[in-house]
Amino acid sequence: MLDYLQRLGATSLSMFERLGRGSVFFVNVLLSIPSVVVRPRLLVAQVYSVGVLSFSLIIISGLFVGMVLALQGFYTLSDFGAEGMLGVMVAASLVRELGPVVTALLFAGRAGSALTAEIGLMKATEQLSGMEMMAVDPVKRIMAPRFLAGLISMPILATLFSAVGVLGGYFIGVGLLGIDEGGFWSQMQAKIDFDQDIINGLIKSVVFGWVVTWIAIFEGYDAIPTSEGVGRATTRTVVHSAFAILLLDFILTALMFGDV
Amino acid sequence: MAETTPLIKVRDVHFSRGSKLIFDGVDMDIQRGKVTAIMGPSGTGKTTLLKLIGGQLRPSAGSIEVDGQNIHQLKHKQLYQLRKKMGMLFQSGALLTDITVFDNVAFPLREHTKLPESMIRHLVLMKLHAVGLRGARDLMPAELSGGMARRVALARAIALDPMMIMYDEPFTGQDPISMGVLVQLIRLLNDVLGLSSIVVSHDVKETCAIADYVYLVSAGKVVEHGSPEQLAQSDSEWSQQFMQGMADGPVPFHYAAKEYAKDLLGVEA
Repeated sequence: MLDYLQRLGATSLSMFERLGRGSVFFVNVLLSIPSVVVRPRLLVAQVYSVGVLSFSLIIISGLFVGMVLALQGFYTLSDFGAEGMLGVMVAASLVRELGPVVTALLFAGRAGSALTAEIGLMKATEQLSGMEMMAVDPVKRIMAPRFLAGLISMPILATLFSAVGVLGGYFIGVGLLGIDEGGFWSQMQAKIDFDQDIINGLIKSVVFGWVVTWIAIFEGYDAIPTSEGVGRATTRTVVHSAFAILLLDFILTALMFGDV
Repeated sequence: MAETTPLIKVRDVHFSRGSKLIFDGVDMDIQRGKVTAIMGPSGTGKTTLLKLIGGQLRPSAGSIEVDGQNIHQLKHKQLYQLRKKMGMLFQSGALLTDITVFDNVAFPLREHTKLPESMIRHLVLMKLHAVGLRGARDLMPAELSGGMARRVALARAIALDPMMIMYDEPFTGQDPISMGVLVQLIRLLNDVLGLSSIVVSHDVKETCAIADYVYLVSAGKVVEHGSPEQLAQSDSEWSQQFMQGMADGPVPFHYAAKEYAKDLLGVEA
């Protein structure tokens, strides 16, 4: 029993210690952001790497999610004779929930794991130490541009996901299932609220972008500098990001839409 | 007067990793313009000592002065200013793997100076020429052999014309030709560029060939120090075993274990 309590205490302490290290690291990254603004080339390269290179994954996933939503939604709505609301259902689901959440999960798998592996390997091959000894701060040169790139890319990717998803819904709803095209778009235009739906969805995607990128770069920076250590850190990035996204999604949804 | 004072003064340095004591009161002086070697068995913390001197690690007690400044009392900005004058050659080379040899050597110049690109090109080619790799400028680090990677790292380390260079195990895993090139380069660059060099190594023959002064480190302490000639004639059994690479001696061949016969028969001690 005492052993169990001791182990529990040690695990909790180590968890809080890691959280503390992660928070200090995050503050250092934030303080380094002005140095990125002065050198936009570093930022552009990272936006390309974490954002642009994720386009194909996001577009394909968004298209299929939108198509599936339309199929599933049609059969449920048709029971109530409400097929005309299909556009609203697809758009609301995507903009409010699936756009930010699924994009963030895909982003964690595609860009987050790549960031952790890249930074972890830089640590394992002493590239980060080498930079420090060349008087180049790796937090400013490596971490801050990647963090900012993640923060910028996530809302763009989530928007792209939702837009392509709506198109997927349109192809299935109007093209395949024969719903009236005018009704599909006009209902969507009438019912989707810019502040309530679109802005709140964007806020979610920014928050998810922040948490996923923070986890990814910290895990890489804090990784044990061996191949096994980097492998474990990469796994942790995906798992912790998924938990954080789903937990934050619940909290944000309760705050944004709880009183509706 | 300042010229004669040691470049680096290590005083009573203690350092631990978790419960493992790495240094237990180490004192050293690294003289200006000399090649100083720090030798000792694997795992004695030689690389750790370089990281302590570079301010990447902090000792639990004691002090390290570099060029008259206590490196562990410097603010972040001052530390980075001082590091511009300190070159370090890592065992792996630590080249940035996503850019070419040319860009690796240009990296510190682009980061710390506002020189025009034409001048950076001249400087980079001069540094690469000094290490014999001007022709390899367009290669990626993955295309280099281990010895070439270290020479590129050396060109990068001298890019900002530092006052000193620290070499971490420069000869490990090198073929005889690469090793000969590195041995020659370390001595030549030290003398021609007026550097001070610290070479951490356990390759006795190669290191003693170029070192002006040697510190032998073991079990957290400086065991002996002096010129290579003085150490070769040392009375210490440990020093003799290390310098001559004998398999048995004060450092036993066998790791501590219970009696052989009892162990084979499975008898509890």
